[in-house]
Amino acid sequence: MDHKQKVMIKGTRDGLTLQLDDQCTFEDLIEELEGKLSENLVSEEEPLIRVSIQLGYRYITPDQEEVLKEMIREKQHLVVEEIDSKVMTKEAAMEWEQDRSVNPVSQTIRSGQVIDVKGDLLLIGDVNPGGTVRATGNIFILGKLFGVAHAGSSGWKGAVIAASYMEPTQLRISDKISRSPDQEEVEGVYMECGFIDEKEENIRIDRIQKVVKWRPELVSLERRMNHG
Amino acid sequence: MGEAIVITSGKGGVGKTTTTANLGTALALQGKNVCLVDTDIGLRNLDVVMGLENRIIYDIVDVIQERCRTKQALITDKRFDCLHVLPAAQTSDKSEVTQEGMKQIVSELKQDYDYILIDCPAGIEQGYKNAVAGADRAIVVTTPEKSSVRDADRIIGLLEKEEIEPPSLIINRIRSHMMENGDMMDVEDIISILAIDLLGIVVDDEAVITGSNRGEPVALKPDTKAAIGYRNIARRILGESVPLMNLEEEKVTFMTKIKRLLGMGS
Repeated sequence: MDHKQKVMIKGTRDGLTLQLDDQCTFEDLIEELEGKLSENLVSEEEPLIRVSIQLGYRYITPDQEEVLKEMIREKQHLVVEEIDSKVMTKEAAMEWEQDRSVNPVSQTIRSGQVIDVKGDLLLIGDVNPGGTVRATGNIFILGKLFGVAHAGSSGWKGAVIAASYMEPTQLRISDKISRSPDQEEVEGVYMECGFIDEKEENIRIDRIQKVVKWRPELVSLERRMNHG
Repeated sequence: MGEAIVITSGKGGVGKTTTTANLGTALALQGKNVCLVDTDIGLRNLDVVMGLENRIIYDIVDVIQERCRTKQALITDKRFDCLHVLPAAQTSDKSEVTQEGMKQIVSELKQDYDYILIDCPAGIEQGYKNAVAGADRAIVVTTPEKSSVRDADRIIGLLEKEEIEPPSLIINRIRSHMMENGDMMDVEDIISILAIDLLGIVVDDEAVITGSNRGEPVALKPDTKAAIGYRNIARRILGESVPLMNLEEEKVTFMTKIKRLLGMGS
Protein backbone atom coordinates (compact mmCIF):
# COMPACT_ATOMS: atom_id res chain seq x y z
CA MET A 1 0.00 0.00 0.00
CA ASP A 2 1.26 3.41 -1.01
CA HIS A 3 1.47 5.57 2.08
CA LYS A 4 1.97 8.89 0.44
CA GLN A 5 -1.34 10.65 0.16
CA LYS A 6 -2.23 11.48 -3.40
CA VAL A 7 -5.12 13.72 -2.49
CA MET A 8 -4.92 16.36 0.23
CA ILE A 9 -8.05 18.22 1.18
CA LYS A 10 -7.73 21.56 2.89
CA GLY A 11 -10.44 23.79 4.12
CA THR A 12 -10.08 27.52 3.60
CA ARG A 13 -12.30 30.50 4.12
CA ASP A 14 -13.36 30.39 0.48
CA GLY A 15 -14.13 26.69 0.37
CA LEU A 16 -12.07 23.59 -0.19
CA THR A 17 -8.71 23.20 -1.82
CA LEU A 18 -7.83 19.81 -3.29
CA GLN A 19 -4.11 19.35 -3.70
CA LEU A 20 -3.51 16.50 -6.08
CA ASP A 21 -0.26 14.61 -6.40
CA ASP A 22 1.42 15.27 -9.73
CA GLN A 23 3.64 12.16 -9.92
CA CYS A 24 1.23 9.21 -9.89
CA THR A 25 -0.94 8.12 -12.82
CA PHE A 26 -4.24 9.83 -13.45
CA GLU A 27 -6.10 6.58 -12.84
CA ASP A 28 -4.54 6.19 -9.36
CA LEU A 29 -5.46 9.76 -8.61
CA ILE A 30 -9.07 9.33 -9.64
CA GLU A 31 -9.31 6.13 -7.62
CA GLU A 32 -8.08 7.75 -4.44
CA LEU A 33 -10.13 10.87 -4.98
CA GLU A 34 -13.23 8.76 -5.40
CA GLY A 35 -12.47 7.05 -2.10
CA LYS A 36 -11.86 10.27 -0.26
CA LEU A 37 -14.98 11.92 -1.54
CA SER A 38 -17.14 8.98 -0.53
CA GLU A 39 -15.99 9.19 3.08
CA ASN A 40 -17.86 12.11 4.55
CA LEU A 41 -21.01 13.12 2.81
CA VAL A 42 -22.27 16.64 3.26
CA SER A 43 -26.00 16.93 3.68
CA GLU A 44 -28.04 18.38 0.84
CA GLU A 45 -29.22 21.31 2.92
CA GLU A 46 -25.74 22.75 3.31
CA PRO A 47 -24.85 25.52 0.86
CA LEU A 48 -22.72 24.55 -2.12
CA ILE A 49 -19.05 24.40 -1.26
CA ARG A 50 -16.64 25.84 -3.76
CA VAL A 51 -13.64 23.74 -4.60
CA SER A 52 -10.38 24.76 -6.09
CA ILE A 53 -8.23 22.00 -7.53
CA GLN A 54 -4.48 22.32 -7.59
CA LEU A 55 -2.79 19.99 -10.00
CA GLY A 56 0.80 21.02 -9.38
CA TYR A 57 2.97 20.10 -12.35
CA ARG A 58 0.42 17.77 -13.88
CA TYR A 59 -1.11 18.52 -17.25
CA ILE A 60 -4.59 17.14 -17.81
CA THR A 61 -6.43 16.89 -21.10
CA PRO A 62 -9.86 18.47 -21.51
CA ASP A 63 -11.36 14.94 -21.31
CA GLN A 64 -9.61 14.25 -18.02
CA GLU A 65 -10.71 17.61 -16.73
CA GLU A 66 -14.27 16.67 -17.52
CA VAL A 67 -13.90 13.34 -15.68
CA LEU A 68 -12.52 15.16 -12.66
CA LYS A 69 -15.26 17.76 -12.59
CA GLU A 70 -17.95 15.19 -13.15
CA MET A 71 -16.78 13.09 -10.24
CA ILE A 72 -16.60 15.99 -7.82
CA ARG A 73 -20.00 17.18 -8.90
CA GLU A 74 -21.58 13.77 -8.42
CA LYS A 75 -19.98 12.71 -5.21
CA GLN A 76 -20.61 15.67 -3.00
CA HIS A 77 -22.41 18.90 -2.66
CA LEU A 78 -19.46 20.63 -4.25
CA VAL A 79 -18.87 22.92 -7.16
CA VAL A 80 -15.55 23.18 -8.95
CA GLU A 81 -14.53 26.79 -9.08
CA GLU A 82 -11.14 26.53 -10.65
CA ILE A 83 -8.59 24.02 -11.79
CA ASP A 84 -5.10 25.33 -11.48
CA SER A 85 -2.08 23.74 -13.06
CA LYS A 86 1.48 25.02 -13.11
CA VAL A 87 1.96 23.70 -16.63
CA MET A 88 0.25 24.39 -19.91
CA THR A 89 0.62 23.06 -23.44
CA LYS A 90 2.64 24.89 -26.03
CA GLU A 91 -0.51 25.51 -28.07
CA ALA A 92 -2.28 27.03 -25.11
CA ALA A 93 0.76 29.17 -24.36
CA MET A 94 0.96 30.38 -27.94
CA GLU A 95 -2.72 31.14 -27.98
CA TRP A 96 -2.41 33.03 -24.74
CA GLU A 97 0.52 34.96 -26.10
CA GLN A 98 -1.45 35.82 -29.23
CA ASP A 99 -4.46 36.76 -27.20
CA ARG A 100 -2.40 39.20 -25.20
CA SER A 101 -0.53 40.78 -28.04
CA VAL A 102 -1.37 44.07 -29.73
CA ASN A 103 -1.63 43.71 -33.49
CA PRO A 104 -0.92 46.89 -35.41
CA VAL A 105 -2.61 47.18 -38.82
CA SER A 106 -2.09 50.17 -41.04
CA GLN A 107 -4.61 50.42 -43.86
CA THR A 108 -8.06 51.70 -44.74
CA ILE A 109 -10.61 48.97 -44.13
CA ARG A 110 -12.93 49.40 -47.08
CA SER A 111 -16.41 48.12 -47.77
CA GLY A 112 -16.38 44.32 -47.93
CA GLN A 113 -13.01 43.98 -46.22
CA VAL A 114 -12.67 42.15 -42.91
CA ILE A 115 -9.76 42.30 -40.48
CA ASP A 116 -9.81 39.54 -37.88
CA VAL A 117 -7.08 39.36 -35.24
CA LYS A 118 -6.35 37.45 -32.07
CA GLY A 119 -5.59 39.79 -29.23
CA ASP A 120 -5.90 43.55 -29.40
CA LEU A 121 -6.19 45.41 -32.69
CA LEU A 122 -4.45 48.72 -33.17
CA LEU A 123 -5.72 50.08 -36.46
CA ILE A 124 -4.04 53.06 -38.01
CA GLY A 125 -6.58 54.12 -40.63
CA ASP A 126 -10.31 54.34 -41.15
CA VAL A 127 -12.97 51.66 -41.11
CA ASN A 128 -15.28 52.66 -43.96
CA PRO A 129 -18.99 51.87 -44.06
CA GLY A 130 -19.37 48.19 -44.95
CA GLY A 131 -15.94 47.32 -43.56
CA THR A 132 -15.48 45.10 -40.49
CA VAL A 133 -12.79 44.85 -37.83
CA ARG A 134 -12.82 41.99 -35.37
CA ALA A 135 -10.53 41.15 -32.45
CA THR A 136 -10.62 38.70 -29.56
CA GLY A 137 -9.30 41.55 -27.41
CA ASN A 138 -9.76 45.31 -27.50
CA ILE A 139 -9.98 47.45 -30.61
CA PHE A 140 -8.20 50.78 -30.81
CA ILE A 141 -8.68 52.82 -33.96
CA LEU A 142 -6.51 55.79 -34.83
CA GLY A 143 -8.92 56.95 -37.48
CA LYS A 144 -12.61 57.06 -38.22
CA LEU A 145 -14.91 54.18 -37.44
CA PHE A 146 -17.84 54.10 -39.85
CA GLY A 147 -18.20 50.35 -40.28
CA VAL A 148 -18.63 47.46 -37.85
CA ALA A 149 -16.25 46.80 -34.95
CA HIS A 150 -16.45 43.59 -32.91
CA ALA A 151 -14.24 43.40 -29.82
CA GLY A 152 -14.00 40.38 -27.52
CA SER A 153 -15.11 38.27 -30.46
CA SER A 154 -14.50 35.00 -28.65
CA GLY A 155 -16.72 36.01 -25.77
CA TRP A 156 -14.68 38.33 -23.55
CA LYS A 157 -17.09 40.88 -22.14
CA GLY A 158 -14.38 43.16 -20.76
CA ALA A 159 -13.23 44.26 -24.22
CA VAL A 160 -13.49 47.89 -25.30
CA ILE A 161 -13.62 49.69 -28.65
CA ALA A 162 -11.97 53.08 -28.85
CA ALA A 163 -11.74 55.33 -31.89
CA SER A 164 -10.55 58.81 -32.76
CA TYR A 165 -13.89 59.38 -34.44
CA MET A 166 -16.92 57.16 -33.90
CA GLU A 167 -19.87 56.94 -36.21
CA PRO A 168 -20.18 53.17 -36.42
CA THR A 169 -22.79 51.14 -38.24
CA GLN A 170 -22.61 48.65 -35.39
CA LEU A 171 -20.58 48.12 -32.26
CA ARG A 172 -20.28 44.56 -31.02
CA ILE A 173 -18.63 43.47 -27.82
CA SER A 174 -18.71 39.79 -26.93
CA ASP A 175 -22.29 38.79 -27.81
CA LYS A 176 -23.80 42.26 -27.35
CA ILE A 177 -24.70 44.34 -30.38
CA SER A 178 -25.62 47.98 -30.56
CA ARG A 179 -26.41 49.79 -33.77
CA SER A 180 -26.49 53.38 -34.87
CA PRO A 181 -29.77 55.23 -34.24
CA ASP A 182 -32.25 55.47 -37.09
CA GLN A 183 -32.60 59.24 -37.08
CA GLU A 184 -30.95 60.85 -40.02
CA GLU A 185 -27.92 63.07 -39.81
CA VAL A 186 -26.45 61.61 -36.65
CA GLU A 187 -23.16 63.26 -35.95
CA GLY A 188 -20.32 61.08 -34.80
CA VAL A 189 -18.29 61.63 -31.67
CA TYR A 190 -14.59 62.25 -31.23
CA MET A 191 -12.29 60.28 -28.94
CA GLU A 192 -14.86 57.97 -27.45
CA CYS A 193 -14.83 54.40 -26.29
CA GLY A 194 -17.49 51.68 -26.23
CA PHE A 195 -17.69 49.06 -23.49
CA ILE A 196 -20.26 46.77 -21.88
CA ASP A 197 -22.03 48.40 -18.99
CA GLU A 198 -21.36 46.81 -15.61
CA LYS A 199 -24.82 45.34 -15.47
CA GLU A 200 -23.91 43.76 -18.79
CA GLU A 201 -27.13 44.82 -20.32
CA ASN A 202 -25.88 46.90 -23.19
CA ILE A 203 -22.97 48.65 -24.81
CA ARG A 204 -22.28 52.15 -23.62
CA ILE A 205 -20.14 54.85 -25.13
CA ASP A 206 -18.23 57.35 -23.07
CA ARG A 207 -15.27 59.64 -23.39
CA ILE A 208 -11.98 57.78 -23.74
CA GLN A 209 -10.63 59.47 -20.62
CA LYS A 210 -13.47 58.07 -18.54
CA VAL A 211 -13.17 54.49 -19.64
CA VAL A 212 -10.09 53.94 -17.55
CA LYS A 213 -12.46 54.27 -14.60
CA TRP A 214 -14.61 51.44 -15.92
CA ARG A 215 -11.71 49.33 -17.09
CA PRO A 216 -8.76 49.97 -14.78
CA GLU A 217 -7.24 46.66 -15.89
CA LEU A 218 -7.01 47.90 -19.48
CA VAL A 219 -3.30 48.46 -19.20
CA SER A 220 -2.29 45.50 -17.05
CA LEU A 221 -0.73 42.63 -18.95
CA GLU A 222 -2.22 39.81 -16.91
CA ARG A 223 -5.70 41.00 -17.57
CA ARG A 224 -6.72 38.09 -19.69
CA MET A 225 -4.81 35.19 -18.26
CA ASN A 226 -7.98 33.49 -17.19
CA HIS A 227 -10.59 34.98 -19.43
CA GLY A 228 -10.44 31.94 -21.69
CA MET B 1 4.40 51.80 -75.49
CA GLY B 2 0.99 52.97 -74.35
CA GLU B 3 -0.78 52.93 -71.04
CA ALA B 4 -3.87 50.84 -70.32
CA ILE B 5 -6.43 52.43 -67.99
CA VAL B 6 -9.46 50.54 -66.75
CA ILE B 7 -12.55 52.60 -65.94
CA THR B 8 -14.60 50.91 -63.27
CA SER B 9 -17.12 51.63 -60.50
CA GLY B 10 -18.63 48.50 -59.01
CA LYS B 11 -22.10 49.95 -59.20
CA GLY B 12 -23.94 50.10 -62.49
CA GLY B 13 -25.30 53.23 -64.07
CA VAL B 14 -22.84 55.74 -62.63
CA GLY B 15 -21.44 56.59 -66.03
CA LYS B 16 -18.50 54.29 -66.77
CA THR B 17 -19.29 53.99 -70.46
CA THR B 18 -20.03 57.70 -70.86
CA THR B 19 -16.79 58.52 -69.07
CA THR B 20 -14.82 56.12 -71.27
CA ALA B 21 -16.31 57.59 -74.44
CA ASN B 22 -15.72 61.18 -73.36
CA LEU B 23 -12.22 60.72 -72.00
CA GLY B 24 -11.33 58.86 -75.20
CA THR B 25 -12.71 61.72 -77.25
CA ALA B 26 -10.97 64.35 -75.11
CA LEU B 27 -7.64 62.52 -75.38
CA ALA B 28 -8.09 62.22 -79.14
CA LEU B 29 -8.75 65.97 -79.24
CA GLN B 30 -5.29 66.37 -77.76
CA GLY B 31 -3.93 64.38 -80.66
CA LYS B 32 -3.29 61.13 -78.81
CA ASN B 33 -3.73 57.68 -80.30
CA VAL B 34 -6.51 56.16 -78.27
CA CYS B 35 -8.24 52.79 -78.29
CA LEU B 36 -11.44 52.20 -76.32
CA VAL B 37 -12.12 48.61 -75.31
CA ASP B 38 -15.62 47.56 -74.27
CA THR B 39 -15.47 44.54 -71.96
CA ASP B 40 -19.15 44.44 -71.04
CA ILE B 41 -19.82 41.24 -72.94
CA GLY B 42 -23.49 40.74 -73.73
CA LEU B 43 -24.42 44.32 -72.83
CA ARG B 44 -22.31 46.38 -75.14
CA ASN B 45 -22.96 50.11 -75.07
CA LEU B 46 -19.75 51.91 -75.84
CA ASP B 47 -20.25 51.66 -79.60
CA VAL B 48 -23.76 53.15 -79.22
CA VAL B 49 -22.53 56.08 -77.14
CA MET B 50 -19.81 56.69 -79.72
CA GLY B 51 -22.34 56.39 -82.54
CA LEU B 52 -20.44 53.55 -84.20
CA GLU B 53 -22.86 50.67 -83.78
CA ASN B 54 -23.51 50.31 -87.51
CA ARG B 55 -19.82 49.78 -88.25
CA ILE B 56 -19.26 46.65 -86.13
CA ILE B 57 -18.13 43.59 -88.04
CA TYR B 58 -15.99 41.68 -85.55
CA ASP B 59 -15.87 41.99 -81.77
CA ILE B 60 -13.58 41.24 -78.84
CA VAL B 61 -14.70 37.60 -78.55
CA ASP B 62 -13.88 37.08 -82.23
CA VAL B 63 -10.39 38.38 -81.48
CA ILE B 64 -9.93 36.15 -78.43
CA GLN B 65 -11.16 33.10 -80.29
CA GLU B 66 -8.94 34.01 -83.24
CA ARG B 67 -11.72 34.35 -85.76
CA CYS B 68 -10.09 37.60 -86.82
CA ARG B 69 -6.99 39.68 -86.19
CA THR B 70 -7.18 42.47 -83.60
CA LYS B 71 -6.84 45.17 -86.26
CA GLN B 72 -9.84 43.82 -88.16
CA ALA B 73 -12.11 44.23 -85.15
CA LEU B 74 -11.10 47.84 -84.45
CA ILE B 75 -13.53 50.51 -85.60
CA THR B 76 -12.23 53.95 -86.50
CA ASP B 77 -14.15 56.88 -85.01
CA LYS B 78 -16.24 59.10 -87.27
CA ARG B 79 -14.53 62.25 -86.08
CA PHE B 80 -10.96 61.30 -85.23
CA ASP B 81 -8.65 58.99 -87.13
CA CYS B 82 -6.57 58.51 -84.02
CA LEU B 83 -9.51 57.12 -82.03
CA HIS B 84 -10.59 53.47 -82.28
CA VAL B 85 -13.11 51.25 -80.54
CA LEU B 86 -12.84 47.53 -79.90
CA PRO B 87 -16.48 46.57 -79.34
CA ALA B 88 -17.77 43.94 -76.94
CA ALA B 89 -19.69 40.92 -78.19
CA GLN B 90 -23.42 41.18 -77.89
CA THR B 91 -24.37 37.54 -78.35
CA SER B 92 -21.57 35.62 -76.69
CA ASP B 93 -21.27 34.50 -73.11
CA LYS B 94 -19.05 36.28 -70.59
CA SER B 95 -17.07 33.11 -69.95
CA GLU B 96 -15.63 33.29 -73.46
CA VAL B 97 -13.32 36.09 -72.39
CA THR B 98 -10.44 35.10 -70.14
CA GLN B 99 -7.97 37.18 -68.15
CA GLU B 100 -5.16 35.73 -70.27
CA GLY B 101 -6.98 36.69 -73.46
CA MET B 102 -7.51 40.23 -72.20
CA LYS B 103 -3.87 40.63 -71.20
CA GLN B 104 -2.80 39.53 -74.64
CA ILE B 105 -5.13 41.92 -76.48
CA VAL B 106 -4.18 44.86 -74.27
CA SER B 107 -0.46 44.28 -74.60
CA GLU B 108 -0.88 44.04 -78.36
CA LEU B 109 -2.84 47.32 -78.44
CA LYS B 110 -0.23 49.01 -76.26
CA GLN B 111 2.23 48.72 -79.13
CA ASP B 112 0.15 50.97 -81.36
CA TYR B 113 -1.70 53.34 -79.03
CA ASP B 114 -0.82 55.97 -76.44
CA TYR B 115 -3.86 55.19 -74.30
CA ILE B 116 -6.10 52.17 -74.04
CA LEU B 117 -9.26 52.90 -72.07
CA ILE B 118 -10.99 49.74 -70.87
CA ASP B 119 -14.69 50.09 -70.11
CA CYS B 120 -15.43 47.70 -67.24
CA PRO B 121 -18.80 46.01 -66.68
CA ALA B 122 -20.67 46.63 -63.41
CA GLY B 123 -20.16 44.13 -60.63
CA ILE B 124 -17.09 42.44 -59.17
CA GLU B 125 -17.28 39.08 -60.91
CA GLN B 126 -15.50 37.60 -63.90
CA GLY B 127 -16.22 40.56 -66.17
CA TYR B 128 -14.54 42.93 -63.73
CA LYS B 129 -11.58 40.61 -63.33
CA ASN B 130 -11.15 40.38 -67.10
CA ALA B 131 -11.30 44.14 -67.50
CA VAL B 132 -8.71 44.74 -64.80
CA ALA B 133 -6.37 41.96 -65.95
CA GLY B 134 -4.61 43.95 -68.64
CA ALA B 135 -4.68 47.38 -67.02
CA ASP B 136 -1.74 49.43 -65.74
CA ARG B 137 -3.87 51.79 -63.71
CA ALA B 138 -7.50 52.28 -62.79
CA ILE B 139 -9.98 55.12 -62.67
CA VAL B 140 -12.91 54.67 -60.32
CA VAL B 141 -16.11 56.50 -61.22
CA THR B 142 -18.63 57.36 -58.55
CA THR B 143 -21.62 59.65 -58.16
CA PRO B 144 -22.30 61.68 -54.99
CA GLU B 145 -24.68 59.03 -53.66
CA LYS B 146 -24.07 56.83 -50.66
CA SER B 147 -24.66 53.54 -52.45
CA SER B 148 -22.37 54.51 -55.27
CA VAL B 149 -19.61 55.64 -52.91
CA ARG B 150 -20.00 52.39 -50.95
CA ASP B 151 -19.47 50.33 -54.09
CA ALA B 152 -16.56 52.51 -55.17
CA ASP B 153 -14.99 51.82 -51.78
CA ARG B 154 -15.43 48.10 -52.32
CA ILE B 155 -13.86 48.29 -55.77
CA ILE B 156 -10.92 50.32 -54.48
CA GLY B 157 -10.34 47.62 -51.87
CA LEU B 158 -10.25 44.99 -54.62
CA LEU B 159 -8.05 47.14 -56.88
CA GLU B 160 -5.53 47.58 -54.09
CA LYS B 161 -4.93 43.84 -54.21
CA GLU B 162 -4.09 43.98 -57.92
CA GLU B 163 -0.60 44.73 -59.08
CA ILE B 164 -1.47 48.11 -60.52
CA GLU B 165 -0.95 51.73 -59.55
CA PRO B 166 -3.26 53.10 -56.85
CA PRO B 167 -6.58 54.05 -58.46
CA SER B 168 -7.74 57.64 -58.93
CA LEU B 169 -11.27 58.97 -58.68
CA ILE B 170 -13.78 60.73 -60.90
CA ILE B 171 -16.91 62.09 -59.25
CA ASN B 172 -19.64 62.15 -61.84
CA ARG B 173 -23.09 63.78 -61.99
CA ILE B 174 -22.42 66.50 -59.49
CA ARG B 175 -25.34 68.81 -58.85
CA SER B 176 -23.75 71.87 -57.41
CA HIS B 177 -26.89 73.39 -55.91
CA MET B 178 -27.71 70.15 -54.06
CA MET B 179 -24.17 69.96 -52.72
CA GLU B 180 -24.34 73.55 -51.57
CA ASN B 181 -27.58 72.88 -49.74
CA GLY B 182 -26.09 69.79 -48.12
CA ASP B 183 -28.64 67.50 -49.80
CA MET B 184 -25.89 65.56 -51.51
CA MET B 185 -22.54 64.27 -50.35
CA ASP B 186 -19.98 66.87 -51.25
CA VAL B 187 -16.63 66.32 -52.88
CA GLU B 188 -14.74 66.55 -49.61
CA ASP B 189 -16.98 63.98 -47.89
CA ILE B 190 -16.38 61.52 -50.69
CA ILE B 191 -12.62 62.06 -50.77
CA SER B 192 -12.44 61.71 -47.00
CA ILE B 193 -14.09 58.29 -47.14
CA LEU B 194 -12.42 56.88 -50.23
CA ALA B 195 -8.98 58.32 -49.43
CA ILE B 196 -7.64 58.23 -52.99
CA ASP B 197 -6.51 60.93 -55.41
CA LEU B 198 -9.22 62.93 -57.13
CA LEU B 199 -8.72 62.98 -60.88
CA GLY B 200 -11.65 65.22 -61.62
CA ILE B 201 -15.29 66.09 -61.31
CA VAL B 202 -18.05 66.19 -63.90
CA VAL B 203 -21.28 68.07 -63.35
CA ASP B 204 -24.68 66.61 -64.12
CA ASP B 205 -25.53 67.99 -67.51
CA GLU B 206 -28.42 67.23 -69.82
CA ALA B 207 -26.07 67.64 -72.74
CA VAL B 208 -24.42 64.36 -71.67
CA ILE B 209 -27.67 62.48 -72.23
CA THR B 210 -28.41 64.13 -75.58
CA GLY B 211 -24.82 63.46 -76.61
CA SER B 212 -25.06 59.79 -75.71
CA ASN B 213 -28.32 59.39 -77.54
CA ARG B 214 -26.96 61.03 -80.67
CA GLY B 215 -23.74 59.09 -80.56
CA GLU B 216 -21.74 62.28 -80.15
CA PRO B 217 -19.77 62.41 -76.89
CA VAL B 218 -20.41 65.65 -75.03
CA ALA B 219 -16.68 66.30 -74.77
CA LEU B 220 -16.90 67.59 -78.36
CA LYS B 221 -19.02 70.54 -77.23
CA PRO B 222 -16.74 72.93 -75.39
CA ASP B 223 -19.60 75.20 -74.32
CA THR B 224 -20.98 72.63 -71.84
CA LYS B 225 -19.74 72.29 -68.27
CA ALA B 226 -19.54 68.51 -68.55
CA ALA B 227 -17.28 68.80 -71.57
CA ILE B 228 -14.93 71.08 -69.66
CA GLY B 229 -14.88 68.51 -66.84
CA TYR B 230 -13.95 65.68 -69.22
CA ARG B 231 -11.37 67.76 -71.04
CA ASN B 232 -9.75 68.77 -67.77
CA ILE B 233 -9.56 65.14 -66.71
CA ALA B 234 -7.98 64.20 -70.02
CA ARG B 235 -5.36 66.92 -69.51
CA ARG B 236 -4.65 65.61 -66.03
CA ILE B 237 -4.20 62.11 -67.44
CA LEU B 238 -1.62 63.62 -69.80
CA GLY B 239 0.22 64.95 -66.77
CA GLU B 240 -0.87 68.58 -66.86
CA SER B 241 -1.82 70.24 -63.62
CA VAL B 242 -5.29 71.68 -64.04
CA PRO B 243 -7.16 73.29 -61.14
CA LEU B 244 -10.50 71.80 -60.11
CA MET B 245 -13.53 73.34 -61.76
CA ASN B 246 -15.33 75.97 -59.76
CA LEU B 247 -18.69 74.50 -58.85
CA GLU B 248 -20.42 77.66 -57.78
CA GLU B 249 -23.09 78.63 -60.22
CA GLU B 250 -22.18 81.85 -61.83
CA LYS B 251 -24.93 84.33 -61.09
CA VAL B 252 -25.90 86.13 -64.21
CA THR B 253 -26.52 89.65 -63.00
CA PHE B 254 -27.25 92.74 -64.96
CA MET B 255 -23.67 93.90 -64.58
CA THR B 256 -22.13 90.68 -65.85
CA LYS B 257 -24.44 90.80 -68.84
CA ILE B 258 -23.23 94.26 -69.68
CA LYS B 259 -19.63 93.23 -69.08
CA ARG B 260 -20.14 90.32 -71.44
CA LEU B 261 -21.60 92.58 -74.06
CA LEU B 262 -18.57 94.79 -73.80
CA GLY B 263 -16.30 91.76 -73.92
CA MET B 264 -14.98 92.38 -70.45
CA GLY B 265 -14.34 88.87 -69.29
CA SER B 266 -16.89 86.17 -68.71
